[in-house]
Amino acid sequence: MYFRLIWALAVKEFLALLRDKRSRFVIIGPPIIQLLVFGFAASYDLNNVPVAVYNEDLGEASRELVSRIDGSPNFEIVAYITHDRELAPLIDSRDVLLVLHIDQRFSSKLLQGTSAPVQVILDGRNSNTAMMAMNYVNRIILDYNLSWLASQNKSGSVAILQTRAWYNENLQSNWFIVPGIVGLLTLLVTLLVTALSVAREREAGTFDQLLVTPLRPIQILIGKAIPGMIIGILEATLIIVVMVTLFDIPLRGSLGALYLGILLFLLSAVGVGLMISAISVTQQQAVMGAFLFMVPAIVLSGFATPIANMPQFVQWLTYLDPLRYFLVIVRGVTLEGSSFSLLLNQYWPMAIIGIATLSLAGWLFRNRMY
Amino acid sequence: MNSLAHMRLVGLIRKESLQILRDPSSIAIAFVMPVVLLFLFGYGVSLDAKHIPLGIVIEQPDRETQSLAGAFERSEFFSPQHFSVIQTAQQALKEHQIDGIVWLRSNFSAQLLSNSAAPIGVIVNGVDSNQANITQRYIEGTWFAWLTHYAESRGQSLTMPVTLEQRVWFNTALSSRLFLVPGLIAIVMTLIGSLLTAMVVAREWERGTMEAMMVTPLRRSEILAGKLIPYFVLGMGGMLFSVAIAVWQFHVPLHGSFWLLMISSALFMLVALAIGLLISIVSKNQFVAGLLAIIVTFLPAFILSGFLFDIHSMPSWIQFITYLVPARYFVAILQTLFLAGDVWSVVLPNIGALLIMSLFYFSLVWRKFHKRLE
Repeated sequence: MYFRLIWALAVKEFLALLRDKRSRFVIIGPPIIQLLVFGFAASYDLNNVPVAVYNEDLGEASRELVSRIDGSPNFEIVAYITHDRELAPLIDSRDVLLVLHIDQRFSSKLLQGTSAPVQVILDGRNSNTAMMAMNYVNRIILDYNLSWLASQNKSGSVAILQTRAWYNENLQSNWFIVPGIVGLLTLLVTLLVTALSVAREREAGTFDQLLVTPLRPIQILIGKAIPGMIIGILEATLIIVVMVTLFDIPLRGSLGALYLGILLFLLSAVGVGLMISAISVTQQQAVMGAFLFMVPAIVLSGFATPIANMPQFVQWLTYLDPLRYFLVIVRGVTLEGSSFSLLLNQYWPMAIIGIATLSLAGWLFRNRMY
Repeated sequence: MNSLAHMRLVGLIRKESLQILRDPSSIAIAFVMPVVLLFLFGYGVSLDAKHIPLGIVIEQPDRETQSLAGAFERSEFFSPQHFSVIQTAQQALKEHQIDGIVWLRSNFSAQLLSNSAAPIGVIVNGVDSNQANITQRYIEGTWFAWLTHYAESRGQSLTMPVTLEQRVWFNTALSSRLFLVPGLIAIVMTLIGSLLTAMVVAREWERGTMEAMMVTPLRRSEILAGKLIPYFVLGMGGMLFSVAIAVWQFHVPLHGSFWLLMISSALFMLVALAIGLLISIVSKNQFVAGLLAIIVTFLPAFILSGFLFDIHSMPSWIQFITYLVPARYFVAILQTLFLAGDVWSVVLPNIGALLIMSLFYFSLVWRKFHKRLE
């Protein structure tokens, strides 16, 4: 009897959500489209950055340097300029991100064995892109220096670096971002489904009726949580399949470790969603509440920027964010092949967040009556 | 008749404004969300790595290895940990205690002294490719500085053939705060214009009050204006509030003219409102409207607008999609107006694009709205 009641409520919740054709569509269609578009768009790697070259030097050495820039897939030379006054308009109008300025004495200084400066003028309006572009220029100059030294028989490199990257051998940034999108979209859909479930009934006035049925608050809670969990698991599975087949992201760890993570993550997402739902009186409030939770949760999760770079105080806040733990698990299982035991410290905080938010939601069901 | 129409419109606007004021969640989105977003991005987010935990493996300590390890210890970019065998360092890398390893094998010094290009093993955790790139570059920088220093200590001089002088315009210190905070204004306005409007109008469809309004003598233009004006005011309020925080709290300079900022913001607000209305007309249900608004307007404003990720580097079919994202034009205007000034070659084409978009979406709203009346 106890479980039949819960089941009946869960079935009713499913029907309320999936009866509408548009609701069915938005749960499945847009997240997949988002994964495709964002998976390809969200990348820190720079390709074909427009560059202008201002080469006042006539020597062989400067031509060699320019051809190295030209040959790099990161840059595309779109203009050669010959006067100072041409420089500013190009950068102001965002036609080029950077200008490489080679002084007229570049070759002669280089041949004399003194340092030859090269100037790079960057558009700092997007500081992150500027910093990345600067890194690429630096690497090209470093390579150039090493081969110059070698050609002069000055073998400066008594010690050489042999660099390898683990887990993401070619350092592709979509290997980092796409598994993160799994967490992001799963959170978005689950949170909205559960946040609206109670608020919808409050708005329609049927929640009061539900409270006077023989259902106990804990049964209402479980009945409302089940659809969110099931939709979340299906959503996550769908996204993971697309991620592995379309984006060729490896799945190196065990599916068991991944699904335990998904289950606990959904538990905490459903808990937060129901808590928001229990506080809200209208669906509008529920969506805004879900939003007020979700945006900081994404920013603080380490989805786009590393947690280690945040100020200490903000780092403490991230421990309250279930997405933080889940992202370590998805990236761990897909890229690093992490085992269950290595991820243990990510599992239990999500379980605690889930249990705490669910109990609070259950308490709010009973103690918030309008 | 004219004054009657005027009264009707004023009455409708009053009703909508009361509805906004009565629901704390609308005010929260307009004024609490900007604060949360601005503070999170202003203080919380940074791509500038410092004190990267780095494992240094020295299999056989001596003077040479000590001098190289010292170079890493003095760098502000690293906080080194020492290991004597590679296996324990690799275990620490697996457990995320360190982000990279510099590995000096037992014959390092012997090879170094015999001038035979002694190899230094470097392993980085590549999961976060962006940070891995930064870590590699810092390691390269430290290594090159040590090479020069080492050559000097042996009485040779190693001058760097080509040196790089960097000059950054508009944001000299490359502070990510200065570029993130102006872009956030576009996100805040998208939230108010599209998400909030879509939800509110969808509720009217859901409850049937929209149909009730259609049988009143109110004209289509009056219903639309009555919906738009209060949310336009709310959105512009949220925008001014964000600008105030940006300028006074985060000290982001506003080099361009304030009026140009207001004009372009008003245009962007109109586009956002039109899209919000369109979503509500298409979905007529708050759940669908909310999810659609997030997925069609909010997330693209974040990812496809050039706010975080460089548009040039995206595959060309996605670059094509970004032209459909109104935030793309507004983010370009914002970053230029705040950091560079009134650069007409950037501002004019983007304002033009926003103008075309607002005309396009409003004509769409006009037609779709009309159909429901039939």
